[in-house]
Amino acid sequence: MIKFFLLVNKQGQTRLSRYYEHVDITKRTMLEAEVIKNCLSRSKDQCSFIEYKDFKLVYRQYAALFVVVGINETENEMAVYELIHNFVEVLDKYFSRVSELDVSFSVSEIHL
Amino acid sequence: MPAPIRLRELIRTIRTARTQAEEREMIQKECAAIRSSFREEDNTYRCRNVAKLLYMHMLGYPAHFGQLECLKLIASQKFTDKRIGYLGAMLLLDERQDVHLLMTNCIKNDLNHSTQYVQGLALCTLGCMGSSEMCRDLAGEVEKLLKTSNSYLRKKAALCAVHVIRKVPELMEMFLPATKNLLNEKNHGVLHTSVVLLTEMCERSPDMLAHFRKVRKLSSSQLVPQLVRILKNLIMSGYSPEHDVSGISDPFLQVRILRLLRILGRNDDDSSEAMNDILAQVATNTETSKNVGNAILYETVLTIMDIKSESGLRVLAINILGRFLLNNDKNIRYVALTSLLKTVQTDHNAVQRHRSTIVDCLKDLDVSIKRRAMELSFALVNGNNVRGMMKELLYFLDSCEPEFKADCASGIFLAAEKYAPSKRWHIDTIMRVLTTAGSYVRDDAVPNLIQLITNSVEMHAYTVQRLYKAILGDYSQQPLVQVASWCIGEYGDLLVSGQCEEEEPIQVTEDEVLDILESVLISNMSASVTRGYALTAIMKLSTRFTCTVNRIKKVVSIYGSSIDVELQQRAVEYNALFKKYDHMRPALLERMPVMEKVTTNGPTEIVQTNGETEPAVLETKPPPSGLQPTSQANDLLDLLGGSDITPVIPTAPTSKPASAGGELLDLLGDLNLTGSPVSAPAPQIAQPPFLLDGLQSQPLFNDIATGIPSITAYNKNGLKIDFTFERSNTNPSITVITIQASNSTELDMTDFVFQAAVPKTFQLQLLSPSSSVIPAFNSGTITQVIKVLNPQKQQLRMRIKLTYNHKGSAMQDLAEVNNFPPQSWQ
Repeated sequence: MIKFFLLVNKQGQTRLSRYYEHVDITKRTMLEAEVIKNCLSRSKDQCSFIEYKDFKLVYRQYAALFVVVGINETENEMAVYELIHNFVEVLDKYFSRVSELDVSFSVSEIHL
Repeated sequence: MPAPIRLRELIRTIRTARTQAEEREMIQKECAAIRSSFREEDNTYRCRNVAKLLYMHMLGYPAHFGQLECLKLIASQKFTDKRIGYLGAMLLLDERQDVHLLMTNCIKNDLNHSTQYVQGLALCTLGCMGSSEMCRDLAGEVEKLLKTSNSYLRKKAALCAVHVIRKVPELMEMFLPATKNLLNEKNHGVLHTSVVLLTEMCERSPDMLAHFRKVRKLSSSQLVPQLVRILKNLIMSGYSPEHDVSGISDPFLQVRILRLLRILGRNDDDSSEAMNDILAQVATNTETSKNVGNAILYETVLTIMDIKSESGLRVLAINILGRFLLNNDKNIRYVALTSLLKTVQTDHNAVQRHRSTIVDCLKDLDVSIKRRAMELSFALVNGNNVRGMMKELLYFLDSCEPEFKADCASGIFLAAEKYAPSKRWHIDTIMRVLTTAGSYVRDDAVPNLIQLITNSVEMHAYTVQRLYKAILGDYSQQPLVQVASWCIGEYGDLLVSGQCEEEEPIQVTEDEVLDILESVLISNMSASVTRGYALTAIMKLSTRFTCTVNRIKKVVSIYGSSIDVELQQRAVEYNALFKKYDHMRPALLERMPVMEKVTTNGPTEIVQTNGETEPAVLETKPPPSGLQPTSQANDLLDLLGGSDITPVIPTAPTSKPASAGGELLDLLGDLNLTGSPVSAPAPQIAQPPFLLDGLQSQPLFNDIATGIPSITAYNKNGLKIDFTFERSNTNPSITVITIQASNSTELDMTDFVFQAAVPKTFQLQLLSPSSSVIPAFNSGTITQVIKVLNPQKQQLRMRIKLTYNHKGSAMQDLAEVNNFPPQSWQ
């Protein structure tokens, strides 16, 4: 089960966040900061799956933007990895060559 | 009131903010503007304001005042309003807010709207945050939409149904008829969501699972063949542009179907048989050059492992995993290691083949991979490869990150204990672990090691010599120092006499040994526990060493005024030993007996404590609070000579002064008499509830079993102990023994304590005695009740230990009772 879906840039600013389980709003920023810290500290040739607390993070970097998905154990990590890529391709088609600015400015559209 | 700015403007302004404070200021200003605009009930700009509010919510600022506005937006007729309204509802509202119930009516109307997009919006929102009441109300509508022909709506309705089922599991049956036709769709979207729906149903309810599995006679719509057919089409069909992802058509659907097959095939032979072919086909035909193919293969492997597949298929799966391991991509290797970990229990041999690759993964740079490789390596250690594996693991321990060291150390200990080829190797390994990762070793490993060392009698000299050398240089690693000081205390004489066959003996004088122990005591780096160990060790050396007794006395008396209460108590007691009880000192500080090995069960095992022996009659001693805080809870052990004997827990405090956690280490081993039940939480001696219920509550033993003869269990020095038996009618495995102790000498016996121990297959409960004084001349007796649980109807045996004061001196005796009549246990 996917717990959350985040788009965060390298400086730690959240561009898009979608939570599928209730998380306190105060905890959300903390969670996002920690998650992005974990992802940033990984180098290029390290595995894209991190174990964080009691669930796993699958992340993928596209230029300066990180797409991070939090999943629980029953989910197939590689399928989620592909899902991330699929999502980015869809955005690409929609915005024709999407960039981070597009994402920041069209949050509501991306949500739906 | 000027028109509120657009969302884009807001975003732009926020982006120009340089600092967090600036950003906060801008946002607050904007919030104020939004709030006043809301108050004015301005319809035209409401949607814009809510959009901005959502953005600010995403950044982490409170936005709850917009909830009601969202509702108003939903109720409006414009599509854009509705869209933002529903989005806001999804993001801002959830079950905990009461406001969400107001939405129910809106959603209901929208579910019947003419435009499919509005219906879709409503379904999305319901599926995202519907509470159980909302779901109950609207489930009927959702079900209706599940049957429409509009595929756009159908797939959304299916996902909504998933959410409804999660919230209100009772409604599952309602969706059952609709699911029959779902899989006949062509549209992949609908297929995908219906597979999700079916998966959810099967996971939630085993009845559903059975329903889906069973053969339906008439129709050809059995679930498993249907799924197999769909999967086949996906693989066989040519290139279809709308579903293609890097050359494979609709991998997401394939993965979903595989997962559903896994759930259907688990523990079910028929379904598994039907799937075997297709799984083999998928496994062989999928392209592995891209990640997509690997994802599908991974899912296939998981499925094969879970269902009752034939062995050829399993071998295929493990080979695929082996291939993954050799791949360069980290992700794939990680995934392979994870799955191998899951399968190593069942297919041990197959995984062994890949052992060398797994061991190589230990050297990988990636943290996640290292962790998985470490766990897998521990699972693969067996008698044949233990030496090689241990070498690799020790090297890994040297170089790994601190967060691994504790786990690795515990794992190494466990593996070494199970598979050690020789005692010397075992001790060497332990020493190596202690010196490399000494500070990360778990606290309860220390007692284990100590027990291990005492067990290998011939290695004592070698061990103590190595330990001495290890702490000579560096005594900052606490567990190492603890073990070392214990050993030096025990075997100091071997160290000084320089006899060691295995290694070059070193010349050590008594003073040097005392020096090192004293420096441990003084050092700031030593924990309180370590200091306790060192002090006790010094004390023990007073009997082993000959020329430095005065020095030891001095050290001990210094610590009699130490600030640390534990140390102070020990020092005072030892001082008392020197002064008042000097004649007992040698007996007390004797060598520890060889301890029976306790089966280890992971890091939470219970092991003995260390310390010197104390007879119960020393009433001047305050009850020691446990020689190690960590083993406080672990004092109950079954170590009695050669056989497995369980100690006894008397339920009421006896007259012993050493109550509350006082341990009694004596020549029997570790018979712990815990005065108060509070200090006896040892898990393995927990009485099963029925024993307590059955025995304590009411007297079920009115019937004295006819003809069970009573026996004289012990008769020596004027003390006679008789056993009388009763069997319970209701529970034939319980025997109640009443002991009577009588004294035929001319002086009373005071402070009489009776202890008993039985073999492991029995359980024993001692109730409190009638008194602790046996009057002389057989003028009275002490009675005590023992209850024995004997579920396996084995021959009853018992070892008893008696301590009492007689004629001014303390007496104690051990005896074995073997003459139980057969009727008492059969």
